[in-house]
Amino acid sequence: MTTPVATPTAPGAAGSAAPSRTVLSASDVSRALRRVAHEILEHNKGGADLVVLGIPSRGVALARRLAAVMESVEGRPVPVGALDVTMHRDDLRRQPTRSPMHTDIPEPGIDDKVVVLVDDVLYSGRTVRAALDALSDLGRPRAVRLAVLVDRGHRELPIRADHVGKNLPTASTERVSVRLLEHDGVEDQVTIAAGESR
Amino acid sequence: MSTSARPLAPPHRRVRRHLLSSADLDRSQVRAILDTAAEMHGVQQREVKKLPTLRGRTVVNLFFEDSTRTRSSFEIAGKWLSADVINISGKGSSTSKGESLRDTVMTVAAMGVDALVVRHHASGAAHQVSQWVDAHVVNAGDGTHEHPTQALLDAYTMERRLGDLEGRHVVIVGDLTHSRVVRSNLITLRTLGARVTLVAPPTLMPSGIGAWSQADGFDLSHDLDAVLPTADAVMMLRVQRERMSGGFFPTPREYTVGYGLTRPRLDALMAANADAVICHPGPMNRGLEISPDAADAASSLVLDQVSAGVAVRMSVLYHLLAGNDEGEDS
Repeated sequence: MTTPVATPTAPGAAGSAAPSRTVLSASDVSRALRRVAHEILEHNKGGADLVVLGIPSRGVALARRLAAVMESVEGRPVPVGALDVTMHRDDLRRQPTRSPMHTDIPEPGIDDKVVVLVDDVLYSGRTVRAALDALSDLGRPRAVRLAVLVDRGHRELPIRADHVGKNLPTASTERVSVRLLEHDGVEDQVTIAAGESR
Repeated sequence: MSTSARPLAPPHRRVRRHLLSSADLDRSQVRAILDTAAEMHGVQQREVKKLPTLRGRTVVNLFFEDSTRTRSSFEIAGKWLSADVINISGKGSSTSKGESLRDTVMTVAAMGVDALVVRHHASGAAHQVSQWVDAHVVNAGDGTHEHPTQALLDAYTMERRLGDLEGRHVVIVGDLTHSRVVRSNLITLRTLGARVTLVAPPTLMPSGIGAWSQADGFDLSHDLDAVLPTADAVMMLRVQRERMSGGFFPTPREYTVGYGLTRPRLDALMAANADAVICHPGPMNRGLEISPDAADAASSLVLDQVSAGVAVRMSVLYHLLAGNDEGEDS
């Protein structure tokens, strides 16, 4: 397997104006997700009672990939779905209204299950906080775990990920952007760009 | 949160500050409200129906006219979004002691409410109220003018059964002169690309509707039986006895014969299009504009409309109230 060299700039990514550098290539993303899937199974001692829920939008795509890897390892399907957290956010008043996306809880429900929340980037932790609230309205999982592709630091709440694809030290002014084939129609990549501070 | 990869710009134009007319909404905004309503509908199937989204916000239902289903639907919608909901009815309030609409509204607004849901017997009342207050105003029916949330929930209900309404033929039958539902429905259905035919006896068609139909591209007919076979959806409007001082049609029986959705007409509709649906904004006059057979038929969406009402109103309150107030087009 050849490893593509990380390109210093990826101007094609979403037409971002600031120069960006690729921190994870497609094969890096793939390896990270495989490792995370194995970690989840190892920690859970198999696939029993697992429910994988992605946080829209890219978390859903990542959740499906993780579930697919777990299925190929365990030889049986792992329930996978989507958990929209828009209605539970604490920053709704700080920005224009956004439409909630689809929540799809797989059939067995989440009661007494081990729910693995999946998101692309872990940053302030506020999305995960909202997700925990959304979950508690849906049932009572036995345990909730958090898997993210990228942890970029700068937490504003006491929240940490159990499984991390890549720890990425960043400045809060930088922008991390994730592109996934099934979501964005371009090859998987994670890029980082200097951005204006908020 | 500036930096997760989630797009920050909403894909639709921002829903305006108020919802006063169905014409306030372009297609992308109607789409956004109906899509959000579908998610809210999903929440209603759960054991815990309450969302924390509008916690700390206050919604006042200001109803100067009787309405059980619209008021309770807005009340439940607000409560399921965790807003505090207060009902003020015109009859029990100071209006009956002679206070003007403006004074009543200003008094309520001075308490610091975030949204006013207004039902009033005068056309244009909600628009007038929106000029006076800083709060968001939702028109829950103003005289014979508009009732935009009813049109949204009708469109939502029809879409659930029929799929995309683009090119679908919706026939609206009944009292076009006194109905506020018809104007809002016409606008929303046209916005979604549906073909609309309005059917009524000549006495119940408002003057000037001919020019309106040409300008807005909908059809008019006095012959229900001729139109029915091509309908994908039939919406029966209530014959509003309380608005009628007589003279619009000779007898109720004659109205039923000409324009009621009777058993033979139901059979003709089903024979022409087995997937056609029947709507009625309620409350129904069974045996007058709609026969019990039609009201309770499998193709009847009457109860679906009621349950959709809460989801659609949750969506409307969410889109008006949840975001910040910056950058909205007034």
